[in-house]
Formats: sequence, structure tokens, C-alpha cells
Amino acid sequence: MADVAVQHSVPAAYEPSLFGTYSKKIGMWLFLLSDSLTFGALLYAYSYGRISTPNWPTPFHSSSIMNATFMTAFLLTSSLTMVLAVRASVFGHMKAVRGWLLATMACGAAFVVLHGREWSHLISEGLTLPVFPAVPGAETSKEFADVTKTVPQFPATFFGLTAMHMLHVTLGVVYLGVVALRRTFVPILLGLWLVAWLATPAYSPFHYGAHVLLIAAVVVSIILWLKPKVYDSSDIEVAGLYWHFVDLVWMFIFPLVYLMSTRII
Amino acid sequence: MDRVQIAIAERVAEQHRHHGKAQFFWVWGVLLVITGIEVYLGYQNMEPVRMLSILMALSIVKAALIIGYFMHMKFELSRMKWITMCSLVFCLAMMCVFFPDAFRIIKYGVR
Repeated sequence: MADVAVQHSVPAAYEPSLFGTYSKKIGMWLFLLSDSLTFGALLYAYSYGRISTPNWPTPFHSSSIMNATFMTAFLLTSSLTMVLAVRASVFGHMKAVRGWLLATMACGAAFVVLHGREWSHLISEGLTLPVFPAVPGAETSKEFADVTKTVPQFPATFFGLTAMHMLHVTLGVVYLGVVALRRTFVPILLGLWLVAWLATPAYSPFHYGAHVLLIAAVVVSIILWLKPKVYDSSDIEVAGLYWHFVDLVWMFIFPLVYLMSTRII
Repeated sequence: MDRVQIAIAERVAEQHRHHGKAQFFWVWGVLLVITGIEVYLGYQNMEPVRMLSILMALSIVKAALIIGYFMHMKFELSRMKWITMCSLVFCLAMMCVFFPDAFRIIKYGVR
């Protein structure tokens, strides 16, 4: 039997990355590819329902379309501020990086607030899911009540798809908060959780949805406790990839869900 | 990060230094204009399949701008571009297999 001597003292030959970039960026791209299939499946499910249902509802009036257009503008602007944060980090302007990241978070938060307002409006009007509690004293419009009864696929796919996206945006804001503020962000996050939980009425889905922020605060605390670090330009670029992906997905949800269901008066 | 990772990060940073701020503002402006066109089309009383085709074409243009410029894919190695984008398009295209079934329901009804 031949003996093979392993020489530990010989340094390994340098082998450049196959993709010419660093490993965490490739890791993020792989995650985004898998996540795009999740959203792809949801968008295809929505489109399938849209095509196969002749009486597909068109419940979005101009106020909803206007709201969704502002949401889109906020997300596009957040992508601009994010790319400027990445650029500032490359030049080592860390104060500017923090400023641009906070601007991105503000745009993301504005998107979530506008989306929450839209959801609350639709639910109070009667477009709802069986799992959502009834809104006390709300005057249900016949149009939305009919939609919920006759085409239950519409609220199911609408709320499923947009909830998944809203969750991604919320976690994206948390991610950027950690990169920008590190440990300082944990008490802010807990404060946001308390405000979101106490300020929303008990019948609102956001009353329970706010606990996502509490779970995020726990996870973030564990991560920052186990691996405290100063985030460099590569971390900011990777965070940017995630944020742009969230923006990218909305570019398909907005026309497919809102514009294809516009009520033309 | 180890020595190799730092060297790669430096190379990536060097690529970024060549990008001007102006091009990002241009891309942002074009994305906003395309969004405006989409909203305008939303109010045109078009046949759904035709409207869906136009809106999806515009969304693909927007997605290409975001991936290319904001996510910097345009400046990556061609190997990276081809492998990631081809695998993504292939997997998403595979899901189109369900659409003929949706058209079947429209034509023959649910049984």
C-alpha cells in the first residue's frame, strides 16, 4: 500500500474566486435566487387565478392606485439612497453611509406604513380573510363583501403575496438598521415594537404582526452578542443586494396585482 | 476577512469607484418614468392579456435596470452574469407550465 505524506508546511496555492467576487456576496446572490423562486411561485399563483377566473374582481379605485404609486416611488427612492450608501462606503465616507442608510430605512418604513394603511382600508371595507377578526362598527361595502364570497382566491392571493413582501421590507429595514447603528438599534427596535403593538387596535392583523419586530430584536441581539463587528463596505454592498431585491419584486407585484385590477370608472 | 477576501473586496471597490453618481440618478429617473407609464396604461381599457404582456415587458425592463445598475450585475464577470441570470430565468420559465391549465379552465370550465 502506498503511503501518501501530507506536507502541512506547504502553503496552499492561491486560487481566485470563480466568480471574481467575495464569498458573502455570492452567498447573498444564492439566497436571492432561491427567494425569487418563492416570490415567483406566489406571482404565478396570482396570475393563474387571474387568468382562470372570468369574474376576477377589479376592486382598486384611484385612491388605492395613487397609494400604491407613492409606495413604488418610495421603494425606488430607497434603492437610489441604498446605492449611494454603497458608493459612499467604497470611498470610506462612513458618516455619509450612515445618513444614506437611515434615508433608505425611512423610505422603507414609509412604504410599510402606506401599505398597512391600504390593508386596513380594504379590511374595513370588507375585503378580508377568514383568519382576520371582524372590524367592529365598520360599514362593509357590498362590492368587497361579494368579492370575498364569490372569488375567495382574490383576497387569499392578494394578502398572501403582499404580506410576504411586506415582511421582506420590514426585515430589510431591520437589517439596514443593524448595519447602520449596530447595538444602538436594539433598543430602537424594541421601542418600535411597543409602538406598533400598542398603537394598533386588537382587531387589526398588524397588532399581532408587530411581534415580528420583537422576534427580530431577539435574533439581532443574539447575533450582535455572538459576533460583534464593524460592518465594512462589503457588508453594506451585500445588504444593498437584499434591499434592491425587495424593490425588484415590487416592480412585478405593483403592475400585476394593482394595475391589472384597476377599477376604471 | 482573510487576505484573499480582502484582495477581492478591493477589486470590487475599485470597480465601484468608476461609477459616477449621475448614472444612478438617471436610472432612478427612468424607473420613475416607466412607473408613470404603467399607471397611465392601468387606466386604459385594454384587453387583459394584451395589457398583462405590456406591463410585464415594462417590468422586465425595470428589473434589468435594477439588477444591472443598482445591484451592479453589469460590472460583474460575465461568468457570474450568465450563471446567475440563466438559472433564474430557467427556473421561473419552468413555472409557465401551469398556464395552459389556466387557459383550459377558461375554455372548458371547471369539472
